[in-house]
Amino acid sequence: MQVGVAAAPRDPALPARVALVAVGLLLLWPALELTEFDPRKLFEPSSLQVMGRFLGTFFPPALGQEFLGLVLRSALETLALATAGMALAVGLALPLALAVSDSLSISRIGPAPHAWLRRVLRAPLRFLLIVMRSIPEIVWALLFVRAVGLGPAAGVLAIAINYAGMLGKVYFEIFEAGDTRPARAILETGGGRLHAFFYGVLPVALPELVSYSVYRWECAIRASVVMGFVGAGGLGQQMELSMRMLEGGEVVTMLIVFFALVLLADAISALLRKVLT
Amino acid sequence: MKLALDALHLVLPGGKRALAGVSLEVAHGERIAIIGPSGAGKTSLLRLLGAALRPSSGALAIADVDPWALTARALQKLRGRIGMIHQAPPLPPRQRLVTAVLAGRLGAWGLWRGLASLAYPADIAGARESLARLDLAERLFDRCDRLSGGQLQRVGVARVLYQRPDLILADEPVSALDPQLAHQTVGELNREAQTRGVTLVASLHAVDLALRWFPRIVGLRDGAVAFDCPPLRVSDAMLHDLYATESQTIPLQGGEPLAHPEPMARAARGAATPLCR
Repeated sequence: MQVGVAAAPRDPALPARVALVAVGLLLLWPALELTEFDPRKLFEPSSLQVMGRFLGTFFPPALGQEFLGLVLRSALETLALATAGMALAVGLALPLALAVSDSLSISRIGPAPHAWLRRVLRAPLRFLLIVMRSIPEIVWALLFVRAVGLGPAAGVLAIAINYAGMLGKVYFEIFEAGDTRPARAILETGGGRLHAFFYGVLPVALPELVSYSVYRWECAIRASVVMGFVGAGGLGQQMELSMRMLEGGEVVTMLIVFFALVLLADAISALLRKVLT
Repeated sequence: MKLALDALHLVLPGGKRALAGVSLEVAHGERIAIIGPSGAGKTSLLRLLGAALRPSSGALAIADVDPWALTARALQKLRGRIGMIHQAPPLPPRQRLVTAVLAGRLGAWGLWRGLASLAYPADIAGARESLARLDLAERLFDRCDRLSGGQLQRVGVARVLYQRPDLILADEPVSALDPQLAHQTVGELNREAQTRGVTLVASLHAVDLALRWFPRIVGLRDGAVAFDCPPLRVSDAMLHDLYATESQTIPLQGGEPLAHPEPMARAARGAATPLCR
């Protein structure tokens, strides 16, 4: 080191970074303890043997004609379940989001008809949205399987309720975040609240609404498989049956079909987004 | 539509004083240009006249009634009779011109006709005619985001022409247009007001446009009326005073000489009462 030249300063951020990593690890540790996560168990000879036997039954995939027909019907059922559930959810979520959003409140630019009624309703409706989305779809499915019996109808209802809660919240946020001047201009020339919504808010928000809804539809397809495990129809119900009977070949065939479904949904959503935005 | 303003004050939510004691009487069918440096309160004044903003204090009468004493329904009805042209037209980018123009009459149409018009435009001929007056007839079914800023501004004008309001308010309606189109558009607004005998209040940045087209000029500065004169009595000195804070030059359309150089010189010589009214 040359005399008279000060040593390069140390990065002052270092202690903070080290502390952050340490705290992160300390928080992670109890989580791993709680979930009894132990990678060694995974590689114990006995567990390896069990898994190996199960995976071994996966090949070859079951390709019997009768079985393929059954899988195709289940796949279509899954697709229909997700689509019908989403349609219901959108139909429920739009009016709910409209009801709880303030960006359209006429009372902001003067007295509005029934303003007090809307204010009173807004809080319980927001609460309703929270309840709808905070109870997982699988719980809704279990509930509706008891109400309407085994089969896809229960899945449709579960998707509709749970997703309406999620969509309602996101729609409402999209309405609030968009440019509100068009809607205000409609209100200021004597248009009503619904006019302002359809002429001022929806055309601004539509690309984002479509993009998010299509993404949710994709999620609904995946969710409908999981719900099938509790008897709500579709591919999931078949998969659960095959797993219980240790028919690995059938399971792998259905996994492949399921993978294809997700790919298809992805392609359709990309197309829709391109066309509609 | 008659307007009466008495000592209007407006303090904006941020605490800024936008208007400080504006008093004006506007007779039925009058045409008034409001000029003044930016930040003088032109937009605030127009929004008060359109019953879109509530004055902090002072008395305001639109068509002989205080809009803020009306019931919600009556206020909505009154707003339907007022047409506001915004400097930045509040039109959703994806909306088609025909829809954007037809939205002008939502206040008069009522809920169902307004919503039905989204499925199939209720009055294509009417929208086309309004757009034709601004040379945009052939863009009837184009989307707003396919238009330039100047074209969009003219769509905003076409919407108000289609609305056929009893009071036309225009906030810098030609700020994005070249001089020739600006003259044509301001001329069209004046013709509309004259032939239908309705009141027109326009704020303009270009002084020569104001002097050429309007029989009454109101100079606004620091939220108060600096002068209120017929154009022939507006002197160079008054204009220089009005714009003293902004720069040393008076904003003109295309830098041409003022429309009435001679009478103005005369007025300047004999300017005993610079405030006119």
